[in-house]
Amino acid sequence: MSVSDNKATLEKSPARIWHDLYQLRHVREVNVLIAMLIVGALISLWTPYFLTTNNLMGVFRAFSLTAIMSIGMVMVIVTGGIDLSVGSAMGLASLVTALCFGAGYSTGASIGAGVAVGIVFGLSNGLLITAIGLPPFIATLGTLSIGRGMMYMVTRGVPVTPETPDAFSLLGQGYVGPVPVPVVIMLILMVLFALIMKRTRFGRHVYATGGNEQAARLSGVKTNRVKLAVYMLSSTIASLAGIIGFSRYLTAEPASGFGSELDVIAAAAIGGASLAGGVGSVTGAVIGAALVGVIANGVVLLNINTYAQQAITGGVILIAVSLDVLRNKLTGGNG
Amino acid sequence: MSHFLEMRGIAKTFPGVKALNRVDLQLARGEVHVLAGENGAGKSTLMKIMTGVYRADPGGVIRVDGQDVVIRDPVHASALGISIIYQELAVVNNLTVAENIYLAREPLGAGGLIDSRRMNADAKAVLAELDMNIEPTAKVGNLSIGQKQMVEIARAISYRSKLIIMDEPTASLSHHEASTLMRMVRKLASQNVSVVYISHRLDEIFEIGDRVTVLRDGETVDTRPIGDMTRDILVRKMVDRDMSQLFGKHNSHATRDVLLSVRGLGLKRPTLRGARVADVSFDLHKGEVLGFFGLVGSGRTEIMEMVFGSRPSVGEIRVEGQKVSIREPSQAIDLGIGFVTEDRKEMGLVLGMSVRENFSLTHLSDYCTMGVVQRRRETNACRAYIRSLGIKTPSPEQKLLTLSGGNQQKVVIAKWVARKPRILIVDEPTRGIDIGAKAEVHALLNRLAEDGMSIIVVSSDLPEVLAISDRVVILKEGRITGILDREDATQERVMLAATG
Repeated sequence: MSVSDNKATLEKSPARIWHDLYQLRHVREVNVLIAMLIVGALISLWTPYFLTTNNLMGVFRAFSLTAIMSIGMVMVIVTGGIDLSVGSAMGLASLVTALCFGAGYSTGASIGAGVAVGIVFGLSNGLLITAIGLPPFIATLGTLSIGRGMMYMVTRGVPVTPETPDAFSLLGQGYVGPVPVPVVIMLILMVLFALIMKRTRFGRHVYATGGNEQAARLSGVKTNRVKLAVYMLSSTIASLAGIIGFSRYLTAEPASGFGSELDVIAAAAIGGASLAGGVGSVTGAVIGAALVGVIANGVVLLNINTYAQQAITGGVILIAVSLDVLRNKLTGGNG
Repeated sequence: MSHFLEMRGIAKTFPGVKALNRVDLQLARGEVHVLAGENGAGKSTLMKIMTGVYRADPGGVIRVDGQDVVIRDPVHASALGISIIYQELAVVNNLTVAENIYLAREPLGAGGLIDSRRMNADAKAVLAELDMNIEPTAKVGNLSIGQKQMVEIARAISYRSKLIIMDEPTASLSHHEASTLMRMVRKLASQNVSVVYISHRLDEIFEIGDRVTVLRDGETVDTRPIGDMTRDILVRKMVDRDMSQLFGKHNSHATRDVLLSVRGLGLKRPTLRGARVADVSFDLHKGEVLGFFGLVGSGRTEIMEMVFGSRPSVGEIRVEGQKVSIREPSQAIDLGIGFVTEDRKEMGLVLGMSVRENFSLTHLSDYCTMGVVQRRRETNACRAYIRSLGIKTPSPEQKLLTLSGGNQQKVVIAKWVARKPRILIVDEPTRGIDIGAKAEVHALLNRLAEDGMSIIVVSSDLPEVLAISDRVVILKEGRITGILDREDATQERVMLAATG
């Protein structure tokens, strides 16, 4: 059932359009988006402050880093893998960038060093998984701990707060019109990688590798290369998030990014990614992060105990994924 | 003669298929009765009826110990004294020998705890009865495959079974282990236990059997004492059928130019399970259809996986005279080799993807401009193949999951044909698809050969191999035992080379 059947588009009756819109209920991203709008509407019933530009942009900026990382994560998950090391890659990248600024390097060199951290993480994860054959969970659990340990060793637990040029802080603190720069970066990355996943040969190979690795390999897909690539992308994107995060607060904490892998995986799962591989989308993951972000904001605005936020997020994950599983059971499962 | 089991007029119908038509079988006490027949002759169905897995169609008669019975389920079968030793061993590796023998009926002592001492003593007695030299407290995981089988036999004996069915018990045994098993079977018979012995190995059949029953196309075609049977008669009884007329002879398009040349191919790391493929040499000519025939475990699929680079190998492969190294499927594909795998669900298709996405996976670059897939070109090409192969699907966007087996198979073939390989390997191309789709696949292969493609057809369906091949390579236990031209390849000769 193609939603956009080229020939029929010209002579669509209103009924046909409604029918097509109704078909959209099968698209996971649309469902999560609707859920988010409902939650937003409920919150705005309680407090008029929710729908102000100021608040909304704050909400967007707050979840933008999680959303950016979830873009890399969802590609890993679609291959049937998992990347637990994104929080450490993010934190270590922000720390290395901070240390480079502290040592007097230029903005370009410092950012470059931060990105290099991501590349090293991705290369290590990818090679452990493809060349040695470690399960992704174990490989990235190991690099998670190594990365975090290195951060504590280097900082001895003390935050690093170097002098930075004003221009650098625009990355985390600046605006394009009313929109914060991190949100702009998030949107650009989302569109870029959504197109890569849906329209390019590489994207198709990512889905095929996760859908049935053996069949993909026997069809000529270089599955190991595909896996290496997604882990490199995931870590590199995470290091980018780390650099943006550092630019926002201009201080690198040894605990920065700690535990964020769970938020990132949650965003991907809420957005429809299946941990069994083969299923998931970049836009879904970003919308998943947005839903969690809106709920977090609502909890603050409605004066609910902030500790409850984590519990609510957990509930959202379970509800979202349960609905998906049940729907697949009912419709005979396509995905 | 007193019979333990009598079966008369047994039939079994599955939706759309008549698996058994008219089977008669009498088993005397203490007799070793060989059941012979090709793949698909109905041996497994018959076994499953004997053990209560399937219920026979009404109308037939089953008598155990002279009493009419309906064998309801496997528990009932074992209560009647019928046990089976499956080809795939059903032992739990991290339990001991005694724990396996008494699994799910452990002798209990005080307080409901397992009485290990009694269990070990009982197991020892059973093992001694069979002259088996295995410790009851040994972990089964540490035993050889042959010893594991002995444990299964001991379990059957401990049930006081009067009939033990053995399904190709020597398929994965070494020569020495096989002869131990033969002794065991004799011993069982001497204790008045009846044995139904299923095997493809002719040597064994004549060595162990008292009588032999031949099944063909779901019917008993012959039962006689082994002394009145010869190899020639046995093979002819097994293979002779009218099916071969169904598939018209095709015209050969083979040339004299060698396209693929394989010399001394063997497994790099021989495994315990599966065939030990070694020293395989053959040539494939341009436009030729080369058949590969062998029984289960003869190494058919392994050889193709080595040629395709999905299984490590030693030996030399040349394509058009050039020595090549194939260590990955992608390298084989770049050399112009395509592989329609035997197992389409596990290895051939991404079931969660659409027909279009599966179709284009082998040759996606054809539809790409700078790495971006041109959907319209991809869809159009896919539609063209859906039409020309008659794939029944509502649209190219249909998920593979929802297609029938025959249509899934056509998608696998389409994705390779569209890549236009020089060499196409098809492994069991018609397994599990209906007779109409089968004839279509044969016609398609013939058409491809006519267009100059070289094709290797691997099949356990002998009439199929004979109908579509220009030459037939015959395998037995990982080695080539014959290469016959189509004029010389009769069913009898091929079967003899594959089993004898």
